Amino acid sequence: MNKHLNSSTPTDSEVILGILNNSETVLKKLYLAYFPMVLQLIINNNGSADDAKDIYQEAIIVLYNKVKAGNFELSSKLKTYIYSVSRRLWLKRLTQMSRYGGDIKDFQEYAPVEEDEAEAHSDRDIQFSKMENALKLLGEPCKTIMEDFYIHNRSMQEICERFGYTNADNAKTQKYKCLQRLKKLFFQQD
Amino acid sequence: MSDTKMLEQIERYLNGEMSLEERAQFEQLRKENAVIDSQVVEHQAFVGLLKHYGERLDLETRLNAIHDEIDVNTLKEELMVHPSWIVSMWRHHHSKISVAASIAIFAMLSTLFFTGKFNNKDSKYLELRDKIGSLQTSTARINATNNRILNNINKSDKPKPVINPGNFRGTGFALTSNGYIVTNYHVIKGADSLYVQNVNGDSYHAKVVYSEPEHDIAVLEINDSEFKNLGAVPYNFKKSKSDLGEDVYTIGYPSDAIAFGPGFLTSAAGFNGDTTAYEVSIAARPGNSGGPLLDSKGNLIGIISGKQTQYESSAYAIKSNYLLKAIQDIPSDSLKRKLSLNTKNKTKSSLAGLSRTQQLAKLQKYIFMVKVY
Repeated sequence: MNKHLNSSTPTDSEVILGILNNSETVLKKLYLAYFPMVLQLIINNNGSADDAKDIYQEAIIVLYNKVKAGNFELSSKLKTYIYSVSRRLWLKRLTQMSRYGGDIKDFQEYAPVEEDEAEAHSDRDIQFSKMENALKLLGEPCKTIMEDFYIHNRSMQEICERFGYTNADNAKTQKYKCLQRLKKLFFQQD
Repeated sequence: MSDTKMLEQIERYLNGEMSLEERAQFEQLRKENAVIDSQVVEHQAFVGLLKHYGERLDLETRLNAIHDEIDVNTLKEELMVHPSWIVSMWRHHHSKISVAASIAIFAMLSTLFFTGKFNNKDSKYLELRDKIGSLQTSTARINATNNRILNNINKSDKPKPVINPGNFRGTGFALTSNGYIVTNYHVIKGADSLYVQNVNGDSYHAKVVYSEPEHDIAVLEINDSEFKNLGAVPYNFKKSKSDLGEDVYTIGYPSDAIAFGPGFLTSAAGFNGDTTAYEVSIAARPGNSGGPLLDSKGNLIGIISGKQTQYESSAYAIKSNYLLKAIQDIPSDSLKRKLSLNTKNKTKSSLAGLSRTQQLAKLQKYIFMVKVY
C-alpha cells in the first residue's frame, strides 16, 4: 500500500527542521506522505473521509505544537508517532460517539501515546473557541484592530492608515479599550 | 483611564520598550503590588493565547489548502480493505440501520423545528426587525424562520402596495442633530446597504460607524448630501435607572407609517433576567426594533429590541445606560462629525410638560425607518 508514498516521503529530521523554519514545502510533503495511512486507519474503523481529515489535521497540529515548543523527542519513527497519535485521537472520538466496539483494526505498528498529550490539546481547543466567540462578540472595528495588532503584528502606524485614523494617540487608547472589552468577553464565558 | 495607562505600561514592559530606569521602577512596583503582578502575568498569557489562536487559524488554513489537492475519493477506494466484509455487514443490518437513522433524523429535525432552534436563538425571544416585501412571495417561498412566517400571515389579510423594497426594516432614532442615528445591531446585521427614511418619506444613505453585538447596539451615520441638520434633539438621554410602573412609550415603523405604542415599565430585568434590559408592557410589533423608549417627561430610557413570544405585549428594551457606554467606546477617529449627547439631568428635556400629542408631533422627525438591503 505504500507504493505511491515512497517517492516523496521526507526524512524525519527534514520534517522537524522544516517545521521549525516554517517551511511550506516540507509541511506539504509531510501532509501528503502520511495522509493515506491515517485515511486507511479511519475509513476501515467506522469513520468517513471527513473524519480522517479532522483527525489527521489534529495529529499534525499536535506534532507541530510539540516541535515548536522545543520539547519534541523522537523516540520512534515519525510515521509511527503520527499513526499513534491519530489512533489515540480516533479511539477517543469513537468512544465519545459510542461507536467503539472494543476492537480496532490496525495497519501499522504503534507506540503508546502519553495521556496528557491529547488532553492538553483539547484544553487548548476550548481556549481557542472561547477566543473565537469573544472576538465574534467584540464587533467592528475592535475585532480588526485586535487581529491586526496582536495576531498579524501590524504596527499601530499601519493600523492608523488602514482605518484612516489621523491621530496615533487616539488609536492607541482605542486599542487598549478594545483589549479590555475582549478580555472581559473572554473571561465572562464559563 | 488609569486602566488603559496601566495596560500601556505592562505592554511596554513586556515588549522590552522601557528604559533601564523605568524598568527597574516597574519591577519594584510589581514586587510590591501583587495585583499589578497578576495583571502582568494575565496580560502576557492572554496576548500569548491570542497570538497562538491566530497561528492555529493560519495553520488550519494551510493544512486545508494542502488537503484540497488530494484526490480523497480515489485514495479511499484504494485503501478500503475487505469490501466484502463491509458489504456483508451492510447487507445484514442495513434495514435496521436505515430505520433507526430515519427515525432519529426525523425526531431531531421535528424537535428542532418546533422548538424554533433553526432560528439559532432562543425561541421565546423575538427580535423585532421586520421582513419586507415578502407578502407576495411568501406563498411561493418556504421560509425557514417560523417567526417571519407568522408575521406574514398576520399581515396578509390586509395586503397593501409595497412601497418599500428593502429586505428588512427596523426603527432608529437620532442621537444628534447632525445625522447620527442609533438602532439595533440585529436590524443592520449582514446589511449590504443601508437607508434611513424620515417621516416625510425622504430616504438618506447611511453607514454603520460602530456596532456592539453584545448589547445589540449599532450607530449609523447619515452620509448623504441631501441631509439637512435636524435641529436640537428634543429628548434627554437618561443615565440613571427608571422606576417600575413608569408610564413609557415608543414610536417606530412597524408598518410604512409611523406608529405610537404606549405602555408601562414592568421590570428592571429583561429576557431571562438580563440586567442590561428593561421589560416593558408595550404592544411592540416587528419593525419596532431599534425604536426609542421614552418616559412621560421626554427622557430617553431605552431602545426597543425584542419581545417575549409566549406572553402578550411583553417587550424588552436595552437600557440607555448601555447606549451611553457604547457611544463612549466609539473610536473618535471613526466619527467625522461631533457626537455629543444631551445627558444633563438639570436641563429639562424640551418635551417635558407638553401633552402626549404635542410630544409626538415634535418627536416624529427624529425617528427614522431603517431599511436594510
